[in-house]
Amino acid sequence: MSELFAARTQMALSLGFHIVFAAVGMALPIMMLAAEGRWLRTGDGDALRLAKTWARVTAVLFAVGAVSGTALSFELGLLWPTFMEFAGPLFGLAFTMEGFAFFIEAIFLGLYLYGWNRLSPRAHWLCGIPVAVSGAASGILVLSANSWMQTPAGFDLTPEGRVVNVDPIAAFFNPAYGLMALHSTLSVYQAVGFAAAGVYAYALLRGRRPERAAYNRRALAIAMALGGVTAILQPIAGDRLAKQTTRHQPAKLAAMEAQFETERGAPLRIGGWPDEEGQRIDYAIEIPGLLSYLATGDFDGEVKGLADFPRDEWPPVRVVHVAFQVMVGCGVLMAALAVWFGVAWWRDRRAGRDPTARRGLLRALVLAAPLGFVAIEAGWTVTEVGRQPWIAYGVMRTAEGVTPATGVPVTLALFTLLYLGLTVTLIVLLRRLSRGEGDRARAADGPASAHAGGSHAGV
Amino acid sequence: MPAYEVVALVTLLGVLAYALLGGADFGGGVWDLFASGPRKEAQRRAIAVAMGPVWEANHVWLIFVIVVLFTAFPVAFRAMNVALFWPFHLVLVGIVLRGAAFAFRAHGHEAAGVPLDWGRVFGAASVITPVLLGASLGALSSGQVRVTDGVVAQGGETAWLGPFPLAVGVLALAVCAYLAAVYITLETEGPLREDFRRKGLWAWLVGGVVSLGTLLLTRTEAPRLWGALTTPPAGLVVVAGVLLAPASAVALWYRRFAWARVLAAGQVVLLLAGWAMAQWPFLIYPDLTVADSAAPPATLRAVLWVVPIGMLLLIPSLWYLFAVFKGENPSAARDAARDHERSAGR
Ligand code: HDD
Ligand code: HEM
Ligand code: HEM
Repeated sequence: MSELFAARTQMALSLGFHIVFAAVGMALPIMMLAAEGRWLRTGDGDALRLAKTWARVTAVLFAVGAVSGTALSFELGLLWPTFMEFAGPLFGLAFTMEGFAFFIEAIFLGLYLYGWNRLSPRAHWLCGIPVAVSGAASGILVLSANSWMQTPAGFDLTPEGRVVNVDPIAAFFNPAYGLMALHSTLSVYQAVGFAAAGVYAYALLRGRRPERAAYNRRALAIAMALGGVTAILQPIAGDRLAKQTTRHQPAKLAAMEAQFETERGAPLRIGGWPDEEGQRIDYAIEIPGLLSYLATGDFDGEVKGLADFPRDEWPPVRVVHVAFQVMVGCGVLMAALAVWFGVAWWRDRRAGRDPTARRGLLRALVLAAPLGFVAIEAGWTVTEVGRQPWIAYGVMRTAEGVTPATGVPVTLALFTLLYLGLTVTLIVLLRRLSRGEGDRARAADGPASAHAGGSHAGV
Repeated sequence: MPAYEVVALVTLLGVLAYALLGGADFGGGVWDLFASGPRKEAQRRAIAVAMGPVWEANHVWLIFVIVVLFTAFPVAFRAMNVALFWPFHLVLVGIVLRGAAFAFRAHGHEAAGVPLDWGRVFGAASVITPVLLGASLGALSSGQVRVTDGVVAQGGETAWLGPFPLAVGVLALAVCAYLAAVYITLETEGPLREDFRRKGLWAWLVGGVVSLGTLLLTRTEAPRLWGALTTPPAGLVVVAGVLLAPASAVALWYRRFAWARVLAAGQVVLLLAGWAMAQWPFLIYPDLTVADSAAPPATLRAVLWVVPIGMLLLIPSLWYLFAVFKGENPSAARDAARDHERSAGR
């Protein structure tokens, strides 16, 4: 395995791992706040229990998010030192600001998780707000660094390749930033909302503990409020983003759509299996003119094909195309499900029926639980693999940025084992938490049990 | 003062904050591993109670330092990451395992059957990580990492394995253990507090011996650093630090715990500041100075705008966190112990 390939794989592994926890760390606090807020307003004990369960899950996952994020900030330098020497002064500002967001998030999460008995209920709830806000802020800020890699800005290159006229503010507000930040921020709320909805839909379907039905319904409502709204907005944001990609990174768009030849009235190809060597795509469903319309706003617009680019500037077409199909497929399914859920909920509420009695809807929600996370991973694959062979689009190649150190395959193996171990442990842990074993242990703990970790019973 | 000097000072303050706060959390892990005697479990609980609400915030100081380094000193950052490829990777494994283990173990009593003894992992990772971080710092002062045109010369990647860097690593470990023991005396009472007082005194003794050894090694292994450490102005700061060291131990001996905390922290601040002054103007001795490796002025200016604004948010928040959970609060561990016994009894 080449050092470069190992470095790319290690980066992808670490980022793909981190984003799961980052997503939970951004979205779950909002649900936690909604539940605790309801308890404050109405005294609903189920809402309080929900807030505490979600706080406990956040406690464990946030810790993993924090340490895997730390690994990432080192890995930027360890794997891509030459790139960082170039990019650090340009996109570093985003990370510096993100650092403060991490501080605020970690501080108020500490207060929230361990402060149930030390703060008044209202102060406690208020401490959750900075957690949610700075979680969102850290996600939004780091996106500026990534969008800078897609559309590098804020500097000039001399003919010898020296960087001059550095303007970190222009780098921060690089052209791709706004829409990418919007789309990816929506994505974490959507993914966590659907995942949580799936868990509670499953519990309602099984109905093993009828006394908890109200609790599960409350949880499902909060989760779908977050997941449903974002799922409906997401395709709109995605469509805008695709138009932007057409302008900024035409080779990436061509790979996403397996568009080999430049063409007017290009068809949208759904599914299919691209053949890079043969420069064609098999088994795709083609809808005439639609790609031109989606990419340019005109059914007769011109879409650039890969053939217009030197062969050594093509991203891996198959990976990018398939990943894009997966993301969009998930997005369409989830948006449809969100509409179904919204209509059913509204109708049943008006008719005084219980919407969670619709078993078909619940089954669909269970099946949809992983789709948001699948779409996140697929979407990032589109963005990052589609950026290849550039580490900073059009300016520096990935191969130029990589470390000269030897031994990356070894560190890759090390990190693969590490993340596998953590994943297995987490699955075991979360299953136990979800079976409510945590609740019982907690109840026995009594008030002020400060045995490191999640929330404490008895407010 | 040129902008890069101000940013270098900000970076140093970040290192100091990490040493005082994050360092103590590593020390907590050390004492978790070496928990002993009849109150073993109570000791572990006291450590968990002390660390729980704050460790994640403390840990961000490390991220802050890394981020400021690559934003403001990209040339040195590149060289450092090539030379320290292995120790930094191992540090990461340590940090990931330690953080995850802490969180997993917090729920361990609910989740029997989780593979692996995460308590042990937490302790072991807490011992290894500060040694590696210390060795990395030592390597940058040792003169063994040579850099031309940003490229690290052959041999630089093993510099951290030299006797001097490794001695700095062991010293860092002893300092972490000492800080943790001293801090925890303020959050415990009775025999438990005596346990940590005794541990603190031991750590102080070991730390003293190690620092003497390290200093002797400096003479032969890092002669320039030795020269700078033993002459003013760095020399004066180091002497002040050396004087505070016994003072903090005396305070601990006489159970003036609040004093011991202030003096121990002061000692660490002075020693690190002395090291930084002796290292000045180099980031990586002898080839990369702070000035040579600095980012363009526009970037440095932007950092100097962002940091104060960020601090305006950070400092009151940190103050609130510590006001709620820290301060003299000997009953914290007692409450926890009581609750634990109650739950065990049912
Ligand atoms: C819940 C997750 C999710 C869902 C349902 C969607 N996306 Fe997405 N998409 C992401 C999550 C995501 C992402 C992981 O967040 C990405 C990666 C980088 C980014 O900014 O967002 C992304 C990137 C991304 C890009 C690449 C931008 C670039 O690299 O230049 C495009 C064109 C789209 N998306 C378009 C869509 C469309 C048309 C969707 C229609 C349903 C859609 N996405 C659903
Ligand atoms: C968390 C969500 C993210 C995921 C899942 C993700 C995914 C990936 C993947 C799959 C690769 C490998 C691409 C390849 O080599 O073929 C990669 C590379 C990389 N990403 Fe990301 N990325 C994410 C966010 C970011 C952000 C915010 C940055 C900001 C700096 C970033 C920086 C990099 C760098 C430096 C590389 C290595 C160079 C390269 O392979 O081009 N990524 N990422
Ligand atoms: C789109 C991609 C990313 C998003 C949305 C994101 C978001 C987050 C969030 C919300 C957290 C808080 C921890 C948690 O909630 O679990 C976090 C932690 C962290 N992230 Fe990311 N991140 C992304 C990519 C990256 C990248 C590329 C890096 C570094 C290069 C990074 C570095 C960090 C660090 C250092 C932490 C730890 C902060 C702490 O200790 O509290 N993240 N990230």
